[in-house]
Amino acid sequence: MQGSLIDAFARQGVSRRSFLKYCATLASMMALPPVAGRAMAEAMAAARRPSVIWLPFQECTGCTESITRSHAPTIEGMIFDMISLDYQETLMAAAGHQAEDARLKAMRDNAGKYLLIVDGSIPLGRDGAYSCIGGRSNVEMLKEAAQGAAAVVAVGSCAAFGGIPRANPNPTGAVPVSDIVKDKPIVNIPGCPPIPVVMTGVLAHYLTFGSLPELDAKGRPKAFFGETIHDRCYRRPFYDQGKFAKTFDDEGARNGWCLFELGCKGPVTHNACATAKWNGGTSWPVESGHGCLGCSEPDFWDAGGFYKALSLPADPLGIAGAAAVAGAAVGVGIGFANRAKQGAAKSAHETTTLADLEK
Amino acid sequence: MTDLQFLTWVRGPGLGIAVGIFLLGVLWRLFEIYSLGRSKDLSAPRRTPGASGLHTVFRRSLPPPGMLKRSPVSYLGGYIFHIGLAIVVFGFAPHILLIRNLTGLSWPALPSQFVDLAAVVTMAAMAVMLADRVNKPAKRFLSTFEDWFTWAATFLPVLTGWMAVQHLLLPYTAMLALHILAVEILLIVLPFTKLFHAFTLFGSRWYNGKVNGHRGVPV
Repeated sequence: MQGSLIDAFARQGVSRRSFLKYCATLASMMALPPVAGRAMAEAMAAARRPSVIWLPFQECTGCTESITRSHAPTIEGMIFDMISLDYQETLMAAAGHQAEDARLKAMRDNAGKYLLIVDGSIPLGRDGAYSCIGGRSNVEMLKEAAQGAAAVVAVGSCAAFGGIPRANPNPTGAVPVSDIVKDKPIVNIPGCPPIPVVMTGVLAHYLTFGSLPELDAKGRPKAFFGETIHDRCYRRPFYDQGKFAKTFDDEGARNGWCLFELGCKGPVTHNACATAKWNGGTSWPVESGHGCLGCSEPDFWDAGGFYKALSLPADPLGIAGAAAVAGAAVGVGIGFANRAKQGAAKSAHETTTLADLEK
Repeated sequence: MTDLQFLTWVRGPGLGIAVGIFLLGVLWRLFEIYSLGRSKDLSAPRRTPGASGLHTVFRRSLPPPGMLKRSPVSYLGGYIFHIGLAIVVFGFAPHILLIRNLTGLSWPALPSQFVDLAAVVTMAAMAVMLADRVNKPAKRFLSTFEDWFTWAATFLPVLTGWMAVQHLLLPYTAMLALHILAVEILLIVLPFTKLFHAFTLFGSRWYNGKVNGHRGVPV
């Protein structure tokens, strides 16, 4: 498909008005000034479709499901059609050598200009043999594809932080994209899966301004990951009032009280679920009655149990019992030693001096 | 190490180590102190009203006549920050949850805004007491490293906890981890410093009251 975005939209029956509305929404979600909506619309309307190569590594395709299927009928889906997605194994019609050829051609034709999207972590164990495509290891493919990329977008917690494959004990030696690609701008869009609008927001920003949005210390767009779930949660007032659901089916749960005690990781999770929501704004995990798992944070799998409240010990207090016994034993031992000393002093008729009292 | 990894460490292995050292230290010192004993006083006890262990336990909680006026900061500040600490430690919902998890005991939480206020008042009282310790020559002369150190060890958990709740300076995750770390440092030093008065306070008052009560002196 060739031509500018606005033409493509028109062909698909999207009016200019709804396109402008979409851009304004995106701009406000990304905390850009109101005029940015118009700038975005103008830039995106005129933009040529950038080539995008999407490499899937150790992943479950949940990210692809999230970004494409669940929003297919919405305008976010349209945006997706508006980039030239030259390689995406799940979505592309080509297979085998044809697919590989398409990837190589896109890389050659758009050298230095294409956007590389990666989902899934990269295994380094056994020279990367744990995950290969077309007989080549993921790490090799990533290095090759990153060389000619304008920027890399790491989609999903696996690509951004290593995700599930990297969970203890990390049998495949999985690492995130940022451990391998060092010389290109990287945007991390973590989440298991990430929110579709976050993905399209980053793409829209790239199309509009020709640059990546402002990122936080973990490489995530600040506009979407700037605040925690807890701070934006509609159940927050219940937390402040000390009203908590104790089980998933008690009165508190039915009243929609805070899920902190049921292990909600909202306070330490930066994501836009509470504001952007899921499935076209229908709902999100906390709204449907389950605490946040913290899926957009590094190593959330090993963060001490999904159903354990944040203020509880992450592990059982292993040495507590032994330490108590040891402490008591030491105390009793010293007690006996002191008794013996006292007895000896008594039988020797020692007197107490001022210095003794200073001890 | 990311913020969440740091938090998971302080909630996991870090907490295990801290609680282990705390229990070891507390039991060690309690057994050591209470097994010291004293030789029996063979004199006939002199009975005086108000002279007993129990009397002293309560009497020492009140300032002796005139003392409140002479050093109001010590008494008022001391009361305010101890009560404030109790409110913050035992009234905040996440703390109660931890206590319930460790001991099975629980009670209703106070509203977090009230706990927040208590934390601010506690820190203010502690700051005033520190300033008083610095300014009063006698207090400063009597202060050792341990006094300054235990002040900091007590102050930091309150400060970091309050800053975590208020989202100040660092992201919540990092500040929460620092808060838990500060509490762990407090747990570790508590049995081996003057902070052990949390355990020995009433015992030593009773002891003093009883020894002096035997001689007919209400202290």
